[in-house]
Amino acid sequence: MSVHKHENCNGCEGLCCLELQNVGVSVGDAELLHDVGFHLHCGEIAALIGPNGAGKSSLFKAILGQLPHSGSIRFQRSDGKKSRPVIGYVPQSPAFDRSDPVSVLDLFIAAAQDWPVFLPIPQKLRDRAVECLARTHAEGLLDKRLGALSGGELQRVLMALALEPLPHILILDEPLSGVDVEGERQLLDMLDELRDKYDLSILLSTHDFATLESFADKVILLRSTVLAVGTPTEVLSSPAFRETFHLRLGKGAV
Amino acid sequence: MELWYSLISLLPFEWAQPGHMFFMKNALLAVLVIAPLFGLLSTMVVQSRMSFFSDALGHSAFTGIAIGSLCGLWAPMGAAVIFALAFALLFTLIRRKSALASDTVIGVFSSSAVALGIFIATLNGGSFTRFNSLLVGDILSVKPSEIALLAAILAVVLILWICACNTLLLSALHPALADSRGVRVLWQEAVLNCSIAVVVTLSMTWIGLLVINSLLVLPAAAARNLARNMRQYHLFSVLGAVVCALAGLMTSYYIGASAGAAITLYLAGAFTLSMILRRK
Repeated sequence: MSVHKHENCNGCEGLCCLELQNVGVSVGDAELLHDVGFHLHCGEIAALIGPNGAGKSSLFKAILGQLPHSGSIRFQRSDGKKSRPVIGYVPQSPAFDRSDPVSVLDLFIAAAQDWPVFLPIPQKLRDRAVECLARTHAEGLLDKRLGALSGGELQRVLMALALEPLPHILILDEPLSGVDVEGERQLLDMLDELRDKYDLSILLSTHDFATLESFADKVILLRSTVLAVGTPTEVLSSPAFRETFHLRLGKGAV
Repeated sequence: MELWYSLISLLPFEWAQPGHMFFMKNALLAVLVIAPLFGLLSTMVVQSRMSFFSDALGHSAFTGIAIGSLCGLWAPMGAAVIFALAFALLFTLIRRKSALASDTVIGVFSSSAVALGIFIATLNGGSFTRFNSLLVGDILSVKPSEIALLAAILAVVLILWICACNTLLLSALHPALADSRGVRVLWQEAVLNCSIAVVVTLSMTWIGLLVINSLLVLPAAAARNLARNMRQYHLFSVLGAVVCALAGLMTSYYIGASAGAAITLYLAGAFTLSMILRRK
């Protein structure tokens, strides 16, 4: 089932966009996702919501090509040509071992360059890493160890890494969990800035419904399949949303 | 070797004089090859939290040698390497596919391997004592051809490091991130485990099964206390291993204790020192 409720969702219409049709994911006998369909245009920020176990991470893995899926996941460029998109992925902030002798620069070189990280790093690659980090205002962290970064700092570093090479689609796995109010504001402002600057599609999963209206152009409610899709107001007031989260209503979750 | 012997005669030691004590000169060269090898591997063993696994590999290598001498293969060493490789691959796969905690899987493998080794070694009332030399190791028995083999392995590991150290690091740091950037994490683990298996098995005769794991853990463990980035980590680990190995060999020569044990004690000392000097 492809959901075409909102005017944004009427196919790609020749615009640059990510298109999912009838996507299903099964692991062994368990069907994790079925008939998932939606469109995500360039420059659009979409929030993926749903209860734990709804299949949000599986959907990300399917889009990233790490899980086999049925149906189609296609990317269309603004010139109408279809191609494999470059996807930047920001994993849930991991807790790095405080004793890890790995600096932010090391992470950059290891993930985004061919230069062996244990040899002295040429100035050119160092400059490149600074440029990339500057995209998320994290250039000052270059020589800090990963274990010494705060949650917000680590997220900026991981985001800068996801932007190298510059992707068509940026996927963030629960970027708002474990970040304080100030950090959340900074992060959302940065996403807004990135989307404007690079015309990225941004897809993020979140449990924080209160801020949805302030940043999301589109909200996708997922539980095995897409239950509702539309603007934050539309989805938050939909019967499907009430039904999915009925236990939490009245507890201030919304 | 002639070049090495003449080079070494420049040293102001009594055993370094030309024309005699070749075993000591060989041992010195062997140590200079083995120490950087272990210093290098050590960085990734500790980074990937495989200290216990490398210990299990040592045990499996012993089993391999026991199997080799039972079958009367061309050389027990060949059988040991094959067995250790099989063990490493099987282990990598099971650790990934099994829901059990990694230390449990290692425990199961390690004890089974040792049991099998002892069983085979003592089959038909065989005496275990012929394996004693493996437990303690004897660096002074190393032959020039064996040093050449070790040097070749060092070269291979260096090439591996240049090609794969980035992906190995990323896999160890954050498997999901590595996955999303197209790194095949399982493959990385398999390659690292196999190289450790080969190195441990081949060096066991000279270092000794009981202390070989210390060479895979202590250099990097000490380096971690001081290093701020990967360059320093590798430098400290390799340098620490070389210095301690040289000191250990000298000590063992002059007071007549096992070289493997002496090297380990120096490494333990270096680790203690690094704890005290630890970066704040």
